[in-house]
Amino acid sequence: MGLKVPFVTGYLTEHFGDDAFPTLEGYRAKGGYEAARKALGSMTPDEVIELMKTAGLQGRGGAGFVTGLKWSFMPKKGDKPRYIACNADESEPGSFKDRILLERGAHQMLEGILIGAWAMQAEKTFIYVRGEYAHPAACVQRAIDECYAAGILGANCLGTGFRHDVVLTRGAGAYICGEETGLLESLEGKKGQPRKKPPFPAEYGAFGMPTTVNNVETFSHVPHIVAKGADWFRGFGTEKSPGTTIFGVSGHVARPGLFELPLGTRLDEIVFQHAGGVPNGRKVKGVIPGGMSMPILPAGQLDVAMANEFLRERKTMLGTGGIMVMDDTTCMVRASCVITYFFRDESCGQCTQCREGTGWLHKLVTRIERGAGSIEDIEILADVTSKMEGQTICAFADAAAWPVQGMLRHFREDFELHVEHKKCPFPESFEL
Amino acid sequence: MVISDAAREKIRAEMAKYPKPEGALLAALHLVQKQTGHISGETAQEIADLFGIHPIRVMEVVTFYNMFYDEPQGRHHVHVCTNLPCSLRGARELLRGLEAHLGIEAGETTKDGRVTLAHEECLGACGYAPMLRVDETYHENLDLAAAKRILDELE
Repeated sequence: MGLKVPFVTGYLTEHFGDDAFPTLEGYRAKGGYEAARKALGSMTPDEVIELMKTAGLQGRGGAGFVTGLKWSFMPKKGDKPRYIACNADESEPGSFKDRILLERGAHQMLEGILIGAWAMQAEKTFIYVRGEYAHPAACVQRAIDECYAAGILGANCLGTGFRHDVVLTRGAGAYICGEETGLLESLEGKKGQPRKKPPFPAEYGAFGMPTTVNNVETFSHVPHIVAKGADWFRGFGTEKSPGTTIFGVSGHVARPGLFELPLGTRLDEIVFQHAGGVPNGRKVKGVIPGGMSMPILPAGQLDVAMANEFLRERKTMLGTGGIMVMDDTTCMVRASCVITYFFRDESCGQCTQCREGTGWLHKLVTRIERGAGSIEDIEILADVTSKMEGQTICAFADAAAWPVQGMLRHFREDFELHVEHKKCPFPESFEL
Repeated sequence: MVISDAAREKIRAEMAKYPKPEGALLAALHLVQKQTGHISGETAQEIADLFGIHPIRVMEVVTFYNMFYDEPQGRHHVHVCTNLPCSLRGARELLRGLEAHLGIEAGETTKDGRVTLAHEECLGACGYAPMLRVDETYHENLDLAAAKRILDELE
């Protein structure tokens, strides 16, 4: 409830203020499903994949893998059914963009899925929506029902003879199900514990069949690329990171919310110009640029273009584009307590380095925050993160280690001050 | 029998959507829990029978996911997000205010069985913080007074 449309809109969100747009009729009034008609009616599957490769769309779920390349990994022949899984398990703290794409743009996403299904010759898509998103899930189910009634989905999609079915699956509250193989396990009615790779999902995915997993926003870009072409798409963003994305800004800003902007937009422009900067006469202390798993940047490093090729130079990444702003009252040890608690809570527990490591990280930062920590504890903290990284079945342990490394890289002084004063020296910081 | 015939019918329809019926296990648990409030050992056995699997397969799923409960719950779930974006905007004060208002701590249920209060990790409402979830409904951009009003209206 109370969901606001983005403050700045682009091709993905320009009609989100129109109450008819979530309906099939309203979507069609804006040219909806014409791109699918074009793809299914006049393009071969390989031509669609080539178009996606040329456009250079990168997955918007966090890892940034090139979508056309991912699609090309699906086996071309064989009698096994091929599946798509649409990852709508948005759970990365700081990220809240998929929710509006589901609530206001379900048909846009479904059209992208149908085009992807044609390109990969997939017979079924499972849309995995996080369990807490009851209203977004209802919006998607309504759109699916409309598509079946109108012959867009089902045995004869858009009258082309192509068959595609879409099933909505609701998760039940587990961050790890956003990891693509955790998601596949959950789809099969199991605990969402990620699988060892290889085999990759394109070979052995949902129910053991070839499967491609893409994020909600990724699919939402697809109809626009088919309708307007790769050159048009490359007119937005940077050479290596084309297109727009929906940045979510939260925390200490005057105007928290969503902003659809080209990739490569500068972080300081987003924080100060679009989100209105920090209120109450305070200054920025640090900004997490891409969801909680991504290392923080200090106030002096916000002059960076929001695209992976530039963010990597500052040892962080775009992630999901969830930007969290912290003002100069903020205790970064306290922030680390919240971050490490989350990862300790959400670790699926199957790898020792992650299950034990996330617990150690939380225990250490909590001890330091209470004023009971030593300088050696800070060293141990850094050491534990280095032993979690790259050691586990999935990237969750890395996602837990990186933000702590970022805090130590830029705000080690905050940790040392706690040790020195034997208490938290930031009395004005947010409460824990 | 705990699971109604109508619910069994719906569960069978869900099973048909997946290449293997077990794909509908989460959907079945959502459906049954809506009716029963939690998944007891007896309920797990009935679900296991429906799917032709061992009850431990049901309980390992119940205990893995935050939204399934193996113990009785209040009539309403009130979940306050306390992750970083919400905490930066006063979620912890909000949660403490609600604990005082209800006379219970997070994780507990009021004596009359009306409300189970809990804190929760990110709910995807970071730009509209602080917020809470009452059962399936989000309430956002809250202050303590507004949150109390929402709780007081619950039956």
